[in-house]
Amino acid sequence: MATQTSAAVVLDQTAKRGPGRQAFEILHDWITTVDHKKIGLMYIGYALFFLIVAGFEALLMRIQLAIPNNTFVSPQVFNRLFTMHGTTMVFFVGMPILFGFGNYLIPLMIGARDMAFPRLNAFSFWISAFGGLLLYFSYLGGDGLYGAGSAPDVGWFAYAPLTARVFSPGHSTDYWTLALLLSGVGSIGTALNIVATTICMRCPGMKLNRMPLLVWLYLVMSMMVFVTISPLTAAQIMLMLDRYIGSHFFDTQAGGSAVLWMHFFWIFGHPEVYILVLPAFGFASEIIPVFSRKAIFGYPAMVAATVAIGFISLSVWAHHMFTVGLGAWGNTFFVFSTMTISVPTGIKIFNWLATIWGGKIHFTVPMMFAVAFLFQFLVAGLTGIMLAVAPFDWQLGSSYFIVAHFHYVLVGAILIMIFAAFYYWYPKITGRMLSERLGKWHFWLFFIGFHLTFDFMHIPGILGMPRRIYTYEADRGWMILNMIVSSGAIFQAVATLVFVFNMIASYFKGRIAGPDPWDAWTLEWSTQSPPPVYNFAVIPTVESRRPLWDLKHPEDPDTNYEL
Amino acid sequence: MSLRDDWLCTASYIQSVTHNSTSIFAPAATPAQSAYGVSMLVLAITLAIFCVVAGLLLFALLRYRHRPSNSESGQEPAQIYGSNQIELSWTVIPILIVVILFLATTRVVFSTQRAPKPAESIDVIVIGHQFWWEYRYPKFGVVTANELHIPVSDPSHPTPAYLTMSSADTDHSFWVPRLAGKMDVIPNKINVMWMDPSTPGLYLGQCAQYCGTQHAKMLLRVYADTPTQFAAWIAAQKKAAVQDPNAAAGQAVFQHNACISCHTIAGTVATGRFGPDLTHVASRDTIASGSVPNTPANIRAFVDNPAHFKPGVLMPPMHLNEHDLDLVTAYLTTLK
Repeated sequence: MATQTSAAVVLDQTAKRGPGRQAFEILHDWITTVDHKKIGLMYIGYALFFLIVAGFEALLMRIQLAIPNNTFVSPQVFNRLFTMHGTTMVFFVGMPILFGFGNYLIPLMIGARDMAFPRLNAFSFWISAFGGLLLYFSYLGGDGLYGAGSAPDVGWFAYAPLTARVFSPGHSTDYWTLALLLSGVGSIGTALNIVATTICMRCPGMKLNRMPLLVWLYLVMSMMVFVTISPLTAAQIMLMLDRYIGSHFFDTQAGGSAVLWMHFFWIFGHPEVYILVLPAFGFASEIIPVFSRKAIFGYPAMVAATVAIGFISLSVWAHHMFTVGLGAWGNTFFVFSTMTISVPTGIKIFNWLATIWGGKIHFTVPMMFAVAFLFQFLVAGLTGIMLAVAPFDWQLGSSYFIVAHFHYVLVGAILIMIFAAFYYWYPKITGRMLSERLGKWHFWLFFIGFHLTFDFMHIPGILGMPRRIYTYEADRGWMILNMIVSSGAIFQAVATLVFVFNMIASYFKGRIAGPDPWDAWTLEWSTQSPPPVYNFAVIPTVESRRPLWDLKHPEDPDTNYEL
Repeated sequence: MSLRDDWLCTASYIQSVTHNSTSIFAPAATPAQSAYGVSMLVLAITLAIFCVVAGLLLFALLRYRHRPSNSESGQEPAQIYGSNQIELSWTVIPILIVVILFLATTRVVFSTQRAPKPAESIDVIVIGHQFWWEYRYPKFGVVTANELHIPVSDPSHPTPAYLTMSSADTDHSFWVPRLAGKMDVIPNKINVMWMDPSTPGLYLGQCAQYCGTQHAKMLLRVYADTPTQFAAWIAAQKKAAVQDPNAAAGQAVFQHNACISCHTIAGTVATGRFGPDLTHVASRDTIASGSVPNTPANIRAFVDNPAHFKPGVLMPPMHLNEHDLDLVTAYLTTLK
């Protein structure tokens, strides 16, 4: 302890930089930084940029689909739009924004001064960022040196043999492959860093069973990244070999297997959904207790459920392949494994419910988003059970029902919790509160838009509308529904603009937050807002899961109760 | 808009939904029917779960909201850390629900995918192409495209259609929602599905796996014929192509252009396999895999520039002059 304190004193006496910093100096500072907070913010900023880009792509698609036989965009452009939208949202919005929050929060929550490997951290960010730029550079370079160029149009899961050179000439598929390869390398690097940090860098007294749930969820998520990104990377390399040196892994024209690609992709692709949703669970597990003013209910059960989800999610991938012809026994196995995962997921929802039960709920903006998350994730889980029923999936798979289902997870649960996380941790990051008034506008506009879009999107699927069609027949009765779906997209776009405006305006004019604006209990609220470079002047020592609760309630500390 | 107009609008909308319906909730064959049955069970169970959980959640949010007026508003609520009994109960109850759902699902999976094949079933080979469907009836020696004819099946004397499916290029998926759930059509893989429509009629659907640029207009039309209609259709399709002397000039244009490299017209020099078989193209209701009605004007426009109806189609524009276009159109319309 003594040495740490003295180091902090030295650091505190570092001369403050003057106000007149050059733009170049600031830029240099950010590009060369290895500080987990700055890297986290760069991840978040980069992901927000791509969120706007991919959201705009979604808007264009919804304009095209608002009426049947629309000619707003050509089929070629539409196919590129859904490919780029899906790829961007999963790899260059979802992953980086969650890694960004993880990077920022994990050291602060476990009382550490940085991640375990700061340089690896910077490397991981920059290589992922390069992947995203490469993906979008395909708009210029996709066709090779001649012509105008084009982006990939093979869908975000790029089923073979559509990616073979005979069906996908030019370089657009190669940009897609390389972008995912690079982003995968970055993801593995950051996951490694998160695991090492949580295992090795916890402050004195923070045993594994005292870690904030968010850190637990990130730990499990990062372990899953190791297992799932590897097959994806392997598949990308095999695809490159197919395309350039004439191997035939997926080249069906020469005896390759299209189904092999599906297995490779979905053994990555399904756990990926849980990789994205576990951090959202983490945000919920921090925000819901604070605004219910109660400790999380059933902490050990929450940890056990997380680990169970991590394991089971590795065995469910072929429920994306119920229509591939795996046979009755194959289908039955994946029906079983998929239904099983609903048990630990249910445990989580019930524990959040029990946390709220008997509390004093403060409906701040982060809590409003968290409550919407609870309802929407419940619906997403239940439609997931429907899709686990293989005969129901034979009908609903690849239809708009499934598009509605996974957007309920990705937008209704994950993006909603990301918004909650912004409202909750923005004061810590910037030292200023986001405007509650604008936040409520953001919430309600987004809430209305989300439900207009994704509630009504289930129905065309039930009425037989497949996904990934650039237009549809006028006589199928899908038009009014599609129009409602498209109108909801406008609300969501406006809400997102309100959110961006709020973030910019509050940075300059927001109320000063102070170190602990929410009267919260985890370690990040014990340091200043924004936290100093070294996070904690004195490395804290904790004795329970809620160190700040113990400080604020010495008469009734958690140490009396926890097992 | 008055209330009455509103109502009429809704009514006509519902009618349009039911008329050309591709709803999975209007099953017309056993596989779709059994999927519908288990769907209703899972819908009922999930709806019940939703009502209970969302109800509890809503109750908790209202009951336990923070009331600033309350005299104890400054105090924190009682801290409760968990309860093993409660955790156990909400683990065991979902497990029981899962077991029920799993057993119900398995029953339908096996009854559909392991159904014994009746002796009098109709075999059809389905080949998916970018962006059309090839159908071959090996027992009858019939080859056709895009409009599948199968007989209705009488439960006392079942004659289900067994579709043996593969793809010539990319992945496709055969989905006619009212007859059966989808089955993917994959190169280098043979998949089998069956359907036994109970009532005659036209059942619509479309390719349900993204297969390339023109995936959206790779439509499916399944005609469930009465046994006599089906026999008559087979007899007509087995015949060689009509050789109408009045259309000889058009036939000559057809045979002296690239048409014959991709299309077959049985009994002529046209033996291409890349595009749809045109032997009896005039007997079909639609062209361009179901996207437009089969009229001389549409045929002419399609031959002139196929991308006019289907941008991204693999057939190139034929660059025929107006006169030749008329002749070829006249020839194709004789191929009853």
